[in-house]
Amino acid sequence: MSIRWRKRAGIALALLAGAAIPYVAPPVYVNLASEILIFGLLAMSIDLLLGYTGLVPLGHAAIFGVAAYVVAYLNARMGLSHTVAIPAGILGALIVSGVFGLLAVRTAGLYFMLITLAEGMLVWGLAYRWTSVTGSENGIGGITRPEFLILPWQFYYAVLVLFAVCAWMLHRIAHSPFGLTLRGIRDNEARMPMLGYNVTLHKFLAFLISGGFAGIAGAAYALYNRFVSPATVEFARSAEGVLMVILGGSGTLIGALLGSGLILLTRNVISLYTDRWLIVMGTLFVLVILFMPDGLLRGLERGVHRLRVAVSHLRFLGSLLRPIRSPTTAKEPAGEVPVPTRHETP
Amino acid sequence: MQGRADVAVLVLDQVSRDFGGLRAVDRVSLQVARGERRAIIGPNGAGKTTLFNLITGELAVTSGRVFLFGQDVTALPTQRRAALGLGRTYQITRIFPTFTVRENVLLAAMGLQPIKFALHRPLLSNGPIWRRTDEVLERVGLTHRAETPARALSHGEQRQLELAIALAGDPRLLLLDEPGAGLSPVERQLLYALIQSLPRTLTVILIEHDMDLALGLADRVTCLHYGRVIAEDTPDCISKNEMVQQIYLGSG
Ligand SMILES: Nc1ncnc2c1ncn2[C@@H]1O[C@H](COP(=O)(O)OP(=O)(O)OP(=O)(O)O)[C@@H](O)[C@H]1O
Ligand SMILES: [Mg+2]
Repeated sequence: MSIRWRKRAGIALALLAGAAIPYVAPPVYVNLASEILIFGLLAMSIDLLLGYTGLVPLGHAAIFGVAAYVVAYLNARMGLSHTVAIPAGILGALIVSGVFGLLAVRTAGLYFMLITLAEGMLVWGLAYRWTSVTGSENGIGGITRPEFLILPWQFYYAVLVLFAVCAWMLHRIAHSPFGLTLRGIRDNEARMPMLGYNVTLHKFLAFLISGGFAGIAGAAYALYNRFVSPATVEFARSAEGVLMVILGGSGTLIGALLGSGLILLTRNVISLYTDRWLIVMGTLFVLVILFMPDGLLRGLERGVHRLRVAVSHLRFLGSLLRPIRSPTTAKEPAGEVPVPTRHETP
Repeated sequence: MQGRADVAVLVLDQVSRDFGGLRAVDRVSLQVARGERRAIIGPNGAGKTTLFNLITGELAVTSGRVFLFGQDVTALPTQRRAALGLGRTYQITRIFPTFTVRENVLLAAMGLQPIKFALHRPLLSNGPIWRRTDEVLERVGLTHRAETPARALSHGEQRQLELAIALAGDPRLLLLDEPGAGLSPVERQLLYALIQSLPRTLTVILIEHDMDLALGLADRVTCLHYGRVIAEDTPDCISKNEMVQQIYLGSG
């Protein structure tokens, strides 16, 4: 019970901190915060496959990108309203992940990675070659935002709400009966059929759901960036999404946001100070992986726990020292030397 | 066997399976009646586990046909056979190591229920799946370990969980592949008492190395050697069968 309330308090605090950002940070950083949330959502969609189902998708930026391209094309090229373009973008991502999923989910492990990689390349190739639609490397610019989302802080709050709602939905899914079947596939795929599970079907549904959320992130990205190009769908983006999950802690969902924050912050902040920011970023990643092999979220949790333990040990030591130093000044009777009590660690 | 396919829970018709040049199961024909306790014995490598894999569909037959509950299932995938009421345990424990004991059984108990596709709500702790899970945990004696991660269980407890997972889906035909593998004699006795206590509506086919255990439990015994059925009889007659005696004395 107390754990549940502590969690709720944590979520409320995080939301409050998130809501405070526009008050304390300059617009550039408010925009960066929007970007972190958008890619955090993409990474969370990856985590549903990676952390829960045990599949590593290497083409998710392509699904994300399809949504972004559809929104860009319908909005900027055809002048359609957002109420049409955004749902169409998400639908586009769902259709693409349906097709990609059909091809990919019959495999597992390395083969799954290779197939999703190839699928991602395919979309990237299309983005380059299908010039009449995608504008090739010129991309599609001139995407508009709804009037009430033009300023950085306005857009940021919309993304914050979107992220929170999607995170809540993904959390529900991960802890639903269906989510349990995904974890079952991750844990022991071979045992599943004998229990009555059509493993391929469950993987396919997971792929579809994951693709849907990647699509939501992609549609948001189109409005955020107001420009879409092949760089949006390239392999590096897909790999970065996976990296975000691993850095943040796979199988935690919200760790993906920490991963996204770490990557985008280091890239955007450190690159202000040095051209060698890639080296700094690489070093940082290695350090995280070395010292927090199960990711930032669990690593930080452990850190906080250790801190608590250390504090209680110090207190214990302090309580040992006190009676030795104090008898001369203290007026307590000799028999009442306080007995050191061990503080229980939570 | 056509005539008896309707009463027999399991019918194997000339079932074979090759691995490259090796014929692991060789033209096995077999019938198991409803409620029967059947033991399958035979030395290492006789093809017992392979035979189970052919019944469940985890391996495809090279030739021959498999009937479950009167239905030709030779072409059905494993999960469809499970849906007909087939369950099994494995010689080498196959549990879900990061799950708690309860989650292991919950996952198994919902495998045949539509709720396995529910996305929006957690499993209700007063719902039928949860109740079934409690029941099964009680039966195998793991109630006190329900919240323990499965990988933290002792080997003996993992074997109990293995059985619980197979029972959770409420099968009509249960295949047990050396359920006592790796257990101490005491643990094995307890496990066999448990198997003995399973309701008679459940048909059980049991692979067991230990002749005494197998003969103590079974109504009928099938002896496999080099993939072939060399004898099938009541426990009394099997223990007197010369070929069986030869194999068991000869090989160990
Ligand atoms: N997947 C496989 N690929 C190749 N050969 C296999 C395979 N599975 C089993 N075999 C071979 O088939 C034969 C029968 O194996 P099986 O596991 O069915 O024997 P078993 O009777 O269960 O033996 P044990 O008592 O040791 O469990 C053995 O020679 C084995 O090496
Ligand atoms: Mg075997």
